[in-house]
Amino acid sequence: MDFLRRALNPWGEEVPMGVSWDLAWAAVALGALFVIGHALLIPKKTGGGKADADAEEAEGLPKKILRHSLGARAFHWSMTVAMFVLLITAFFPLLGIRFPWVTIHWIAGFGLILTLIYHIYHALTKQDMGAMWIGRQDVDETAKSLKVALRASEEEPPRSGKYPPDQKMFHHVATGVTVGAIVTGLLMMFRIDHFLWGQNPYLFSDAVWGWIYVVHGVCGIGLIFLVIAHVYFAIRPEKRWMTWSMIHGWIDRDRYLQNHDPKRWVVARGETAEGRGDGQSS
Amino acid sequence: MAVIRDMIPPFELYQPAGVGDAVRLLNEHADRGWVLAGGLDTFDWFKDRIKRPAAVIDLGGIDELRGIAAGPDGGLDIGAMTSLTELSENGDVRSRYPLLAEAAELVATPQIRNQGTLGGNIAQDTRCWYYRSGWPCYRAGGNICYAATPRSMNREHCILGASRCVAVNPSDTAPALVALDAQMVVANVSGETTYAAEDFFIGPDIDITRMTVLEPGDLLTRIRLPAPQAGARYYFEKIRDRKSWDFSLASVATVLDVEAGVIRDARVVVNGVAPYPVRLGASEVAVRGRSPDDEAGQAAGAAAVAGARALRHNDYKIALMRNLVRRSIRDAA
Repeated sequence: MDFLRRALNPWGEEVPMGVSWDLAWAAVALGALFVIGHALLIPKKTGGGKADADAEEAEGLPKKILRHSLGARAFHWSMTVAMFVLLITAFFPLLGIRFPWVTIHWIAGFGLILTLIYHIYHALTKQDMGAMWIGRQDVDETAKSLKVALRASEEEPPRSGKYPPDQKMFHHVATGVTVGAIVTGLLMMFRIDHFLWGQNPYLFSDAVWGWIYVVHGVCGIGLIFLVIAHVYFAIRPEKRWMTWSMIHGWIDRDRYLQNHDPKRWVVARGETAEGRGDGQSS
Repeated sequence: MAVIRDMIPPFELYQPAGVGDAVRLLNEHADRGWVLAGGLDTFDWFKDRIKRPAAVIDLGGIDELRGIAAGPDGGLDIGAMTSLTELSENGDVRSRYPLLAEAAELVATPQIRNQGTLGGNIAQDTRCWYYRSGWPCYRAGGNICYAATPRSMNREHCILGASRCVAVNPSDTAPALVALDAQMVVANVSGETTYAAEDFFIGPDIDITRMTVLEPGDLLTRIRLPAPQAGARYYFEKIRDRKSWDFSLASVATVLDVEAGVIRDARVVVNGVAPYPVRLGASEVAVRGRSPDDEAGQAAGAAAVAGARALRHNDYKIALMRNLVRRSIRDAA
C-alpha cells in the first residue's frame, strides 16, 4: 500500500497529489481494532471515581450540577453535524456513492469554522481555560487509572477535575487535526470555483499544493479514527452519563462526587444546574 | 517528456463471442481492463501511452451487440456496436428519428463513421488536450484543472456545468439521444440496468474521472428509442471550426411536440458547452404554450445562457449557444 499518490507535473517533476485513499480503510480498520481491543481488555467498571458518594462532601450541593452550558452543548452538536457532513461528503464518493459533494463539503467546512470561532469566544469569555489544561495531576491520574484498568493495582481509581485526562487528550488531538484540515481546506478553496474569493492556482508551487492536499487527507483520515473512538466512548456504559450531560447539560450530585474531585472542580454550595448558564463552576 | 507514438504497449487481448463472456472478462479485469469498440478513441490513448490497460476486451466479435431492430413499445432497439454509418443510413432511423440520423451523419468522416460505433461515440472520453496529454489534472486523478487557470488555452472548454474540471463532452449523438429520451441498457455481472440518457451522462461534480455512469465492469449493450410522437418536430445543428472531421464547438438537439401551431412540450439539449449534454429546462419552460417562431426562439436562447460563465477564451460560446437554441425552436421541422 502506497501512502501517497504521486504524479509527474507538466515539467516532468514528480510531485505528491494527495494521500492514498487506502489509508482511509486503514483508519476504519484501526478504529475497529481499537474498539474491539478496548472493549475486550478494559472492563466496564474501571472508570475513575469512588464507589459511593461521601455524605460530608455532598452536604449543600444541589442535586443537579451543570456540566455543560447551553452554549457549550450547542457548539458540540453543531460541530458534530458539520463534522459528519464533512466526513460523509469526503468519503462516501470514495465508496461509490456519487453525489455533488464539493459545494456541500466546503459549506460544511465554513459551518465548522463558525462553530470553532464561537467555541473559542465562549472558552475565552465564559469558561475556565485551565480546566482543559493537562497538568501534573492529570499525568499521575492517568498512570493510576491505567494500572487499575490493567489490573495492576487494587487502589480506587482517582477522581478527576471537571474533565478527565483522556477527554482532555482527545480534545487537544482533535483540535490539532481539525485545525490542520481547516487551514489546508481554506487554501484548497483557491483551487475551486466559489463566490467567496477568486481562484489562484499559482499561489503555491505544484509540490507545495501537493503537500497541502496530503495534509488535508491525513487530517481527514485521522478524523475518521477519532470519530470512531469518540462515538465508542460516548456509548460505553460507564461513560453514558457524560454523554447524557452533553444532552441535558447537568450531572447528578452522586455522579459528581463519584467521578470528580470537588477540590479540582469546585461547585458552589446551593448552586443549581438551572441557576447558572455558563456551565463553569470553577 | 517524449511521447512514443509508433508502438502500443503490450496487453492481453480478449475477443469474447457473447455479452456474457464480455461482462465476465470486464468484471475479472475491472479497472485494469479496457473496452474496445471501434477503436477510434482507444488507439490515441494507447499510442500516447497515457492509458495502459493490462487487458483489452474487443467487442468486435459479438454479433448480438450489432444491428437495429424494432423495440418492444414501437420504438427502436439499437446495439451499441452498430456503426455510425449503419445508423445514419438505416431507413427506420432516417424516417422516424431524423434527429439521430443527422447527428450520426455529422460525426467526423465517412471512414471514421464506418469504423466508429454508436456506443463508442456515446462513451468516448473528453478531448481536453491538457487531460489527453497525460498531465495530472483532476480528471486524471490529480488536484488541478490546467484548462481553468488564468493562462490556459480554453477556447473549446465549457461554459456550463463546470466543477473543478472544465472539459466538455464531445459526442454528437449524445445530445440527440437525450432529446429523444432514449434509454441506455448497461450490463454487468449483476445483471442489466437501464438508464435514461439524461442520467447516463454525469458531470465532474458527481465523478470527476468519468463522463458517464459506466464503471469498471460495466458494458453499454443497447440503446432504446421510444416510439416517436405524432407531430414531433426536430432540429439538430453542430458548429465546428471546419466543415468535416472535427469535434463540435457546440451542438443543439431539439424535439418539439407541436399541436395546432402551439408547442405543447419541448426537449432542448446542447452539447460541447458542458461536461455532459445539458438539457435546458428553463428554455423548455420558456417555449411551452407558444408558437415555434423566432420570438419563442429568442426567449429560449436567453434562458439557455442564464448562468453560463465563460473562461478566458470561450466567451463566444455564450452567443453561439444562445443563437443555436433560438434557431432550433424557430426552424425545427
